[in-house]
Amino acid sequence: MFKVRYRDYLTYRGGPGHWSWILHRVTGIGVFLFLLIHIVDISLIGWGPNIFNKLLFLYRYPAFRFGEVALVGAVVYHAINGIRICIIDFWPETMAAHRKMSYAVGIAFLVVFIPTAIYMLSFIL
Amino acid sequence: MGAAGSPRPESGIELWAWMFMRVSGVVLLFLALGHLLIMHLINNVDHIDFQFVAQRYATPFWRTYDLVMLWLALIHGTNGVRMVLVDYISPRGWRAASLASLYVVSFILLTLGSLAILTFQPPLMGP
Repeated sequence: MFKVRYRDYLTYRGGPGHWSWILHRVTGIGVFLFLLIHIVDISLIGWGPNIFNKLLFLYRYPAFRFGEVALVGAVVYHAINGIRICIIDFWPETMAAHRKMSYAVGIAFLVVFIPTAIYMLSFIL
Repeated sequence: MGAAGSPRPESGIELWAWMFMRVSGVVLLFLALGHLLIMHLINNVDHIDFQFVAQRYATPFWRTYDLVMLWLALIHGTNGVRMVLVDYISPRGWRAASLASLYVVSFILLTLGSLAILTFQPPLMGP
């Protein structure tokens, strides 16, 4: 029933553009799933402080705090890679440098995410 | 198709969807990253509670910010997942069913989220 199998992901091309594309999809789906949960939890504010504060307590568990760091990483990657996609789509001549741009996205992601992750983990560790 | 996103569709609703993904993406760069910076780094879940949200929502600015972000992010995400489903699910029945579920869930959450932002009444906080 599924047209593209797991194996196809790993064998097709495999260049930096392909990895960027996989990561863009995976981070996008991850952020979307969190967004669905996040809308439900924030909507509980309408039921008053007791229910809302009790629920937010959940997010203070260490497991959720690590999840929060992963969420920030996913959003940051999706954002930076999204800039690359827009640049290539609106200025097609930049395709000539598409490999360099994929590597630049990776470097920019690490530069932003590593200090942010260390800072966020310092709240809990 | 190169290393960028999907090829630009010729016309019609797919062209609008293609353009929407890029425009909403650029706007969300500021809204979503700003939201993460304010709610997860400058403040964080140790400090956020009912009182915090009540103060934020006392003026229209953050409600408007959150409402615009909710609509753009949810529609951007729904369209993204739509493209993933169309890519991987080829049998017509399964595709139609998965797309219908996606649209129903997104519509319910868009309504729920909008109501939460627009109808929230901060309790009167006297001295």
